[in-house]
This record gives sequence, C-alpha cells and structure tokens, in this order.
Amino acid sequence: MSEVFQLPRSEKKLVVWHLVIAVAALSVGGLFGLFQALNYGGVDLYGFLGKLGLKSYYQGLTLHGVLNAIIWTTYFIMGFLTFNVVYGLKRPLKSAKLNWAGFWVMTLGLILAALMILSNQASVLYTFYPPLKAPWIFYLGLTLLVVGSWIEGWGLAWTFFAWKKENPGVRSPFIAFAAVLTFILWQLATLGVAAEVLALLLPWSMGLTQGVDVELARTLFWWFGHPLVYFWLLPAYISWYAYLPRQAGGKLFSDTLARLAFWLFLLLSVPVGFHHQYLDPGVPPGWRYIHALLTLSVVVPSMMTLFTVVASLEYAGRKRGGKGLFGWIWALPWKDPSVAAQLLAGLIFMFGGIGGVLNASYNINMILHNSAWVVGHFHLTVGTAVTLSFMGISYWLVPYLTGKPLPEKVARAQVWFYAIGMTIFSQALHSLGLAGAPRRTPLGNAPYIPPEWQGLLLRVAIGGVLLATGLYLYIYIMARLAWGKAKKPVTVEPPVAEALHDPQQTPAWLDSWRPWVIGAIALVVLAYTPVLLDLITNMVPVDAPMMKLW
Amino acid sequence: MHIHELEKRWIQISIALLAAFAVLIGVAAFAFGVQVPTLERRVDPTRLDEDPVWSNPGVREIVPGEQYEVYLISKAWQFVPRTIEVPAGAKVTFYITSADIQHGFKIVDTSVSMQVLPGYVGKVSYVFREPGEYMMICTEYCGLGHAAMYGVIKVLPPQK
Ligand code: HEM
Ligand SMILES: [Cu+2]
Repeated sequence: MSEVFQLPRSEKKLVVWHLVIAVAALSVGGLFGLFQALNYGGVDLYGFLGKLGLKSYYQGLTLHGVLNAIIWTTYFIMGFLTFNVVYGLKRPLKSAKLNWAGFWVMTLGLILAALMILSNQASVLYTFYPPLKAPWIFYLGLTLLVVGSWIEGWGLAWTFFAWKKENPGVRSPFIAFAAVLTFILWQLATLGVAAEVLALLLPWSMGLTQGVDVELARTLFWWFGHPLVYFWLLPAYISWYAYLPRQAGGKLFSDTLARLAFWLFLLLSVPVGFHHQYLDPGVPPGWRYIHALLTLSVVVPSMMTLFTVVASLEYAGRKRGGKGLFGWIWALPWKDPSVAAQLLAGLIFMFGGIGGVLNASYNINMILHNSAWVVGHFHLTVGTAVTLSFMGISYWLVPYLTGKPLPEKVARAQVWFYAIGMTIFSQALHSLGLAGAPRRTPLGNAPYIPPEWQGLLLRVAIGGVLLATGLYLYIYIMARLAWGKAKKPVTVEPPVAEALHDPQQTPAWLDSWRPWVIGAIALVVLAYTPVLLDLITNMVPVDAPMMKLW
Repeated sequence: MHIHELEKRWIQISIALLAAFAVLIGVAAFAFGVQVPTLERRVDPTRLDEDPVWSNPGVREIVPGEQYEVYLISKAWQFVPRTIEVPAGAKVTFYITSADIQHGFKIVDTSVSMQVLPGYVGKVSYVFREPGEYMMICTEYCGLGHAAMYGVIKVLPPQK
C-alpha cells in the first residue's frame, strides 16, 4: 500500500477545487429542492424566503436546476475525468497550467451567471428558452462555463495522446480512455448549445438582433440537452465498470465490451434530440420518428452495460461465497457505503431506464410530456443514478485526496436516506404525472388541483424531506473530510479493477479514435442538417414581450 | 476478439428488443394514427390581432355535431378563449399559437398535449367521447403567473 500513486501537487489541487465547487453548488441547489417538495405538500415557505430576498418559486427553481443539474455535475465530472486521466496514465498533465486556465474560465462564467440569477434578472430556468430574455451577462457566463470546460478537456486529450505516443502499441488504460471519450461526447454535444448562445441569444440580448426563432433555438438546445444526459451518466458508468467490481472484490468482466459500449454511447447519444421535441409543431414528424428510432438504439449499449456490470458483480459475489441464483447479491459488501451507494444507484437506474424507454415512445410521451412524471424520471437518472454514484465515488476519492478517514456510519445512513427518500419522492411524482399534473409549477398554489392529487403531493413532500436529509448528510460528510481533524492520515488506494482478460487482447480498433469520432460527427450532420436548414430558411424572429414576466 | 457466449446471446436479445420497440412505435404512429401535433403554418405573434383568423379566436362549427375547429391563443397568463364548448363525439381540431413566449397546452385526462411556440401554429385533433368538464393547463414555464394559467373545455352531450 505504500506505493500508491499520488497525483502531482497541482493536479491534485485541481481535482480538489472541482469537488469543492461541485459540493458547494449541491448544498445550495438542494435547499430549493426541499422548498419545492414542501410547497407540493402544502407547506409553503416562499413567504418566509421572500423576506430573505428570494423573489419567487421560479427563481428558486432556476437555482435548483442550474446548480444541481449543471454545476454540481459538470464540476464533479471535470474533476473526476482529470483524476482518471492522470491516475490512469500515471502521468502528469501535459500542461497543468492549461487545465487551471480552463478551470478559472469556467468559474468566472459560473460567477457571472450566478450573479444574474441571484439578482432575479435571469429566472429563466436551466433551459433558458427564448423569448424569455436574460441580460447578456447571463449568456456570456454560460458561454465561459462551456468554453472553460472545453479548455480543460483539450488539456486532458492532449495529455492522453502524448501518453499514447510515449507508449506505442500499448492499450490505453480503460479509465483514461473512457474519460477522454466522455469529454469528446461533451465537445460534440456542446456545439449545439454554443451555436444557440453565440448565434442567437447573445447578439439578441445585446440588442444586436431583434429576435430569435424559438424552434431553431429549441432544436439547438436539445442537440445539447440529450447528450448532456450521457455526459452525466458516462462518468458513473466509468465507476460501475472500472471501480465498483474491485470495490466488491472482483474484476472487470470484459475490457473489450466496456470499450465497445462506450463507443456506441458516443455514436448514439447526440443525434437524438428530437425526442425532446415530439410535441413541437416546428419539427417535421418524419424526423421525429427517425430520432425516436435512434434514441431506442441506445438500448443496445445500455443492455451491454447492464450485462457487464452485473456479471462483474456476480463474479465478485460468488468469490465472496454467495450461492444460488441471487445469493451473490447479498454477499456483496453492502456495508461499504461507497459500494452500497453505487449498487442502489444502479438498481434505481433500472427503473429510470424503463421509464426512459416509455418516454421515448410517441404515444406515451404525449401523455407524459412536461408532466410531473418527467421530474420523477430525471430524479431517478441524474438525481440518483448519477448523483448517488458520485456520492459513492467521493467516499473513496476524497479520503484519497485529503488523507482523512470516511465517517462510515454516517455515510451508510446517508446512502439509505437518499435511496429510500428518492424512491418515495419519485414514485409519487410519476403517479402525479400520469394523473395530469404539470411540471415547473408550484402545485401547492395552483388553482386547479383536484382533490385526488393531494395524497400524492403529500408523498412528494415526505419523500423530499428524507431525500434532503440524505443530501445534507452527504454535505456534512464532505465538510468533515475537508475540515475535520484526522488522528493520523489514512492512505487510500483508488480501487481500479483489473480486467478478467488482459486488455492487451482488446482489438486495436476499439482503441483507435479517428473512425469513431468521424462516425459520430457524420451521424450528427445527417440527423440535423435538413431540419436545421428548413428552420433557418423559414425563421420567424420573435422578441421578448415588453411586460416583465418574473 | 473475446466475447463470452452468454454475452453474445444477450446482445442478440437487445437487438431483437430494439427491433420490437421500433416496430411498436411505427405501428402506433401509422396504423393506430397516434397523432403528434404538426405545423399548420408560421405567423407573426405580434400581429395576431391584424390576422383575419387570429383576431377572432374561438370555436368554429364546420359540420354541426361532427366537426369543429378551435383557434386558441396562449399568452401570459391565460388561454384565449378561456372556456370552450364542443359536443362529445365530434372531431375537434385545435390550432394553437402563442402571442408572446413559450407555453404548454395539455388537456388533462386526454392524450392532447403540445408545446406552444410564438411564431408557430400547431395543430392536433381529438374526439372527446365522454361529456363533462376538461381542464386545459399550461405545462411550460411562462413567468410568475404560470401556475394559474388554465382553462376549461365543456364537452356537451352528443348532438344527435
Ligand atoms: C434534496 C433533494 C431534492 C429534492 C427534494 C428535489 C425536488 C425537486 C422538485 C419538487 C422539483 C420539481 C419542481 C417543479 O417542476 O416545479 C425539482 C426539479 C428539478 N430537480 Fe430536484 N430535487 C432534489 C435534488 C436534485 C438533484 C440532486 C438534482 C440533479 C443533480 C435535481 C435536478 C432537478 C432538475 C434538473 C429539476 C427541473 C428544473 C426545471 O424544471 O427547470 N434535483 N426538484
Ligand atoms: Cu403558460
């Protein structure tokens, strides 16, 4: 254990700072989640919050969406990817300065956007659909946030390809490979939102243009919005494929198929945005159908992931003495909070995945679109599969970085509070959605609530309180790992799993980039060009109304 | 390339599953005519009151008891008109647009739902089988009054 590879000082600090901002964002964002859930249950604290300066439910909801779904995730992910590249390659960054520059650009962007939201000038929710119009500083902040993440990602890719040159013929370590692939997916995805902001929203908010076409803006947004989901998920998958098996006492079942699955995610996650626009009048129905099919193709790498992860865990469970068809499940180390968090995240994600397939079907989508069902769905996916996995990852990563031991008992309680709270919370939201309740609405104050919804609304509040308890226990644990005093420093080895078969046997085409990246770009071009051309030639620029809306 | 026998089988199953889903959506979309909203035309949202159709939103009776058109404007924070009356059993085609920002349109307890965009007129048809009062609600954030944005569709007993 003495020869655990330590990140170089600058790299380590970089990872730490990403995590600090991620956790800080979650600690503020989570608070508004609690207020929203309480509002649903008839406990309206917004009057009181108003005295503290909060202007509306929607300002809070904007903070909740942006801080949780964008800031917590992106900062955690960029930190974790950096860790995977440096630790995986056992090599410092090609230029730590470049990555630090990226970090500061991102953070400057965050500060600008946050100032606009906090002053209630940008209560446009995290989707910022035009013609809701925020001040240009808000859009500039978003731009810097994205560009900063690009700079960091370029730094990671540069490091990775330098390593490849230094190690000809050697298969790249899976965690570094998967980290760079995740960034490439992000790069391809964010081109859409970059086009939306730079070509449409920024010039318009600066008064250079008179309006924007809303369908064009939505199309560019969802070019980004769906693969965003995979940008969140892939780091969790990295952990499920490459760390969890080792934590459970086993090995990665197949390095080859792990890579193949990641490539398929890269190919299939971008050209599918229209499944968020099934009910948009401006997208031709034939194209909606094509994107629906492509969306469902993600079933294949998802099922491969399910197989490989479950097989790796079964191998571990049997090695630990588990017997019978399901006995190996109980033999897994559930007492380890990091393992329990990820197992529960994975389990809950299976329901999220089934819900996702339902959402992706036309006829069902018509009933569920923009309903509370969707809120239930993404709290299972990004809110749990991703967030709870990230929490589990932090339970070894942060002790590795700070040398302080994890308070295991609290962490164990944290995981179960979160998972049980989430199950109650999201089940109630799914049912509310089926009953017809809309999302993005303070249902506690809506004038049209039928009495049948009351029981469900109350369950949202109860689940939400348990969930928030889980979330704040996590914040407490992170604070202790940051500022607590350790009697003596601990050495934690990052639990990277070995593959069952030597990765060197993985075919070279699964470790070569060009064909896959070109394929991914080609698919995006094919899937979007005709519709984009149609929208651009027929644009109806619309300006924001004179009246102040929030 | 080394692939475990079971895993090969599993991948084949996933591909079969995918094919089944694809067929199901196709069948739903084409055979059963599950209808997603489509584009009727584009309009200038600031000029709706100068438009011959949109200056007078509301219900049009095309064939009494059988066919109706509803022209509906969403704007912050109301539906215009706020109340609609149509008979049960008739085919009702909704034409919906926004006068300002994005809204949503959903009729609770039916499959009718649409993203309402300024500049675009969406079209969707529905036959109400059961008489009664249906709520139409806004399902997209549209500012402070969003939660109070709703209307009522009164479905009268069939006219025959
Ligand atoms: C304390 C735990 C949490 C609670 C109680 C909670 C509660 C809620 C509720 C009630 C809503 C619905 C608001 C509405 O549609 O009117 C909501 C929306 C949302 N939540 Fe959470 N949430 C929590 C944690 C999270 C986490 C960890 C994430 C993501 C990482 C997340 C992401 C979102 C997003 C993206 C929305 C949608 C925002 C929008 O529609 O603009 N939430 N949350
Ligand atoms: Cu509205």
